[in-house]
Amino acid sequence: MQTNAVIKLVEIHKIYHTGEVDVHAVRGVTLEISPGEFVAIMGSSGSGKSTLMNLIGCLDRSTRGSYWLDGLDVSTLDRNTLADVRNQKIGFVFQGFNLLSRTTALENVEMPMLYKRHRVPAHEQKECATRALELVGLGDRADHKPNQLSGGQQQRVAIARALVNQPSLILADEPTGNLDSQTSIEIMGVFQKLNDQGITIVMVTHELDIARYTRRTVVLRDGKIVTDEPVRERLRAENELRHLHQAQQAINLST
Amino acid sequence: MRLFAALRMAARALRRNKMRTLLTMLGMIFGVGAVIASVSITSGAKSQVEGQIASLGQNVVLVWSGNFTSKGVRTGWGSAGTLTLDDAEAIKTEVSGVTIVSPEVRGAAQVAAGDQDWYTTILGEGADYFDLRRWPFTEGSSFGDQDVHTAGKIAVIGKTVATQLYGNEDPLGKVIRIKNVPFIVGGVLIPKGLSLQGQDQDDIVVVPYTSAMKRVLGGTTLRTINVQAASANMLSSVQQQITDLLRQRHRITPGKDDDFTIRTQQEIAEFATSTATTMSFLLAGVAAVSLLVGGIGIMNIMLVSVTERTREIGIRMAVGARAHDILVQFLIEAVTISIIGGLIGIVCGVSAQPTVKLVAAIFTQLGMPINFLSQFASWPTLTPVTWIAIASVSSAVAGIISGFYPAWKASKLDPIDALRYE
Repeated sequence: MQTNAVIKLVEIHKIYHTGEVDVHAVRGVTLEISPGEFVAIMGSSGSGKSTLMNLIGCLDRSTRGSYWLDGLDVSTLDRNTLADVRNQKIGFVFQGFNLLSRTTALENVEMPMLYKRHRVPAHEQKECATRALELVGLGDRADHKPNQLSGGQQQRVAIARALVNQPSLILADEPTGNLDSQTSIEIMGVFQKLNDQGITIVMVTHELDIARYTRRTVVLRDGKIVTDEPVRERLRAENELRHLHQAQQAINLST
Repeated sequence: MRLFAALRMAARALRRNKMRTLLTMLGMIFGVGAVIASVSITSGAKSQVEGQIASLGQNVVLVWSGNFTSKGVRTGWGSAGTLTLDDAEAIKTEVSGVTIVSPEVRGAAQVAAGDQDWYTTILGEGADYFDLRRWPFTEGSSFGDQDVHTAGKIAVIGKTVATQLYGNEDPLGKVIRIKNVPFIVGGVLIPKGLSLQGQDQDDIVVVPYTSAMKRVLGGTTLRTINVQAASANMLSSVQQQITDLLRQRHRITPGKDDDFTIRTQQEIAEFATSTATTMSFLLAGVAAVSLLVGGIGIMNIMLVSVTERTREIGIRMAVGARAHDILVQFLIEAVTISIIGGLIGIVCGVSAQPTVKLVAAIFTQLGMPINFLSQFASWPTLTPVTWIAIASVSSAVAGIISGFYPAWKASKLDPIDALRYE
């Protein structure tokens, strides 16, 4: 089945066999995401959104159903090939940043290139990593280690790491979960900027106001999609930041 | 993933926990170091023994009067007086494959030259004794067969005797009085150093056995007969022929013990080096145990490290590391620890004796000589290259074996669980 969609899920099921009770976490999800989309997958805890996220991210395999990633049927691939698919086609951004501690930002960003099937020369790795860091506005922090960076900066490093292999898809799992509201908006600004350049982003979140920065929201409940609609009144991060800034100044003036 | 990148990654991971890495290495360092140091000492001892055995001569068969192992009264080596000059003559004429036969008598006597005197060992030998022992001369030469025939008053002296009696003067052609009988010094021997029993082999005067028996020591029996076989593979034949001949000559009925003792050079060498060989086996055992202990230490730390870095493993897997990449990463870390530890151990082991020597020298300089240190420092050491190779290879192997299980465990982690690990 040929398709130009980045993600095409057809009747995906995931059943965990844990102990006596089988947990049916995802019950027949069918979803298609085209290049250049910015999708928020929403749902309360237990809705199956994390499981779906793992399936989309090729970290886990579905029990039933088919999954085409960038035209490639990944539902039948083995562990090693899935690792290669993750390396080439997917960039991960996690809630807890998941950077290697005591390792510089640059080296963190270089890491995915170490696992490419064809070898990347060291100088080329450095160039690519530097470019990715510049793209997220951290060109001057390349030799800082995670503990010398703020939460927002760490998440930017993580985004740079996700970008560095030029994946077809960026997969973000609660990327603003550990950040304060202003930093959250800044990070959403980074995502919006990348999306404007044509990069496909899928983001799992349970925060409604964060989802409003995306273009499309998919809501899950009990392992099924209940709503799938475009975002109305989409927020732009730069506007929100300006408002926030003005509000703060007003407070400063009044005191 | 490139090996270089993997090595750099390992180096970074190990630097992160310097103290832990060092302590883990210590197991390897001590193990390998101790092995190398003790191997050096036993090899040194062994080569010294071998050198002394070689100085006996080549293809030598020694026949002693008396039986070392006979029951009843033990009279000690060569003192029973059962060998005669006729026995020596018979060996020379009747045993095939014999090139040199040198009858030997031995005693101690006062020797003097000018106003110096000295108490030393007097050896009576045949003219080709020095060929048999492959003992060259510093100057002069051996006495001839003629001198043996006529009980000539000509002597060959060792370095120690030469120094004691003549100091810096040239002893050649000078008079040496043995028990007041004047002899002429016909040759000076090249120094041989200490024997296996710790005797000074150069503290010696050698005269024709006839002269020794008639003029100096008296007596009619021989202490030893030195025999040289034509080649190494004739040794046992010569040994057997001499045994048969002497039993016949001494009328020893079958079932009775020999009244002489016969040994080939090989037998003496084997006996002398057997202790060193036993030691080497013991050391190989110690080496295996210490490498095992070092390896267990590495495995222990690697297991801790894998657990500690579960999340890192998850991240690496998420961005595309294959199970194999993770396995190689942890394996390289383990092998790096063990190889570096092993190399440091080799350096420590090799430098142990020179270091002790230095320390002993310093204490002696300071006027506080420490006995056991100086003793240790005086042992000959020799570090065989093969053992350095063995130590390097086995430390690497220990690293691979001990690192494999933790590395395999790491590579089998599920990326989702690993990422969630706190």
